[in-house]
Amino acid sequence: MKIAVCIKQVPTREWQPRLNDDKTWVRDQDVSYEMNEPDAYALEEALRLREKHGGEVVVCSAGPARVQQVIREALARGADRALHVEDDSLAAADAFTAAEALNQAMAEQQFDLILTGLQSDDQGHAQFGPVLAEKLGIPHSTIIMEVNVDGTTLRVKRELEGGWFQYVTMPLPALLTIQSGINTLRYATLKGIMAAKKKEIAKVAAPAGVASRQKIVSLYAPQKSKQTVMITGSPVEAAKELVRRLREEARVL
Amino acid sequence: MILVIAEQKDGKLNRASLETIAAAQQLQMPIKIAVAGQNVGSVASDLAQYGDVIAVDHASLAHYTPDAFVQALQQVIEQAAPALVLLPHTYQTRDFSPMLATRMDKALVTDVTAVKGSGASASFARPMFQGKLTADVQPQGATPHFVTIQIGAFRADTAAKASAPGAVSNAGITIDESKLRQKPEAPFQEAKQAVDLSQAERIVSVGRGIKSQENIAVAESLAKAFGAELAASRPICDNGWLPMERQIGSSGQTVAPKLYVALGISGAIQHLVGMKGSRTIVAINKDVEAPIFEVADYGVQGDLFELAPAIIAELSK
Repeated sequence: MKIAVCIKQVPTREWQPRLNDDKTWVRDQDVSYEMNEPDAYALEEALRLREKHGGEVVVCSAGPARVQQVIREALARGADRALHVEDDSLAAADAFTAAEALNQAMAEQQFDLILTGLQSDDQGHAQFGPVLAEKLGIPHSTIIMEVNVDGTTLRVKRELEGGWFQYVTMPLPALLTIQSGINTLRYATLKGIMAAKKKEIAKVAAPAGVASRQKIVSLYAPQKSKQTVMITGSPVEAAKELVRRLREEARVL
Repeated sequence: MILVIAEQKDGKLNRASLETIAAAQQLQMPIKIAVAGQNVGSVASDLAQYGDVIAVDHASLAHYTPDAFVQALQQVIEQAAPALVLLPHTYQTRDFSPMLATRMDKALVTDVTAVKGSGASASFARPMFQGKLTADVQPQGATPHFVTIQIGAFRADTAAKASAPGAVSNAGITIDESKLRQKPEAPFQEAKQAVDLSQAERIVSVGRGIKSQENIAVAESLAKAFGAELAASRPICDNGWLPMERQIGSSGQTVAPKLYVALGISGAIQHLVGMKGSRTIVAINKDVEAPIFEVADYGVQGDLFELAPAIIAELSK
């Protein structure tokens, strides 16, 4: 089975954003990056499917040269090769633009199954997977917690809201967006890291003239919905003040 | 005109639909509401309190699939020719709306928490970078533009009813069943346990800041000291440190206790939608920029491993 995993490089969770001068994007030079967490679960699921059914896992990513960091990491964890649609303009791409960037190069590969995370930890559109599936003309299902392949048929467990689930069957080729927690992640071994250095990363130029579907007119720190009372002092002092306020002011104890 | 796509299941309206109507009303344009499924007549007449309704009734829509919904709604949208299509940001909308917008080659802005301005020049606020920033976004290209409204961002009870009930019309649509690729099975719940967190008066909820499974005991002791149920954010349950049934958020339970203590939870939006209705919220986090502080009544910035024992000691006094 020929499996693609679309991964995105996103700022680390610890990163504190700083705005650029016109306040429409963040200051890129301040950012440290990591693999988008739901995409890491998608990669792990692809590796498990390969172990079960054979075939290869191809990691695909759209972005500037820096995204090679997470491509190398995916190769070190066990992906066989990579496809990198490289362009500096993809650094802040919306989901539509990213899917369009990967569309042609991925169509040529004729993947049986495409996996990606259910949303990204940076822009969080939760659109990329279904958009790419529609561009490729293949069926999709989202927020998946279990993947079963039987010949050319796919049966997946889709997460619904409030603790409900549903199985859905569809033919391959297909695209799935993977929910965090579907499996337990493996980490790269030293051997994997060494092997990754020899693996192929095919670079493809981004298609020209793709217009973004979204324009960020302003980026800012969120407005508070509540007046938060910040309690300061040593742990003992803060604990004392918090408990006092919960008893006397909020009356919840 | 704005077309609101309401969501129903087995003839029951998803309340997030009313929140989406409330958001649409802020844009000061005429509104129509569409609702899709099988036998949606009674939901459609309920929705007529808010304006004219298009009932999209078809046997192929009885059990949701993205392929059938996209086929049906594309025809409804092309017939109604709205400038904007608003949908609640439910899991179902997340599944089909990107496909629908792509098939129609139109912009889609998701997870919107506020609308700014009115009419065609409106911009839409949405969280970015795990809620650390908010972006005001304008959809680009030809209309209709698709916008999904975050659950809980608007109040359902602020949706204004029309002076007289609107008209209910039936959408004339056809569905090519040979093009429906997904076959859905009946929804189910995993083996149900007795944990109903929605009834708890107090909840201590633990997040990534707890760092390891061994440290869950710290949260457990704090919950005991508060006389609270123990709950968690998604990553804790993903790691298997607490069972999934104790998860708060969009994929878990929605709660509104008297007291909600968020211990080492950053406050990703998927978590906030499950608890922001709590009466008193306490956030304990080392990162003062964490989005959880935006919904907190009381915030303590610091090391939870120092603060939790101090609070336990104080509560026992």
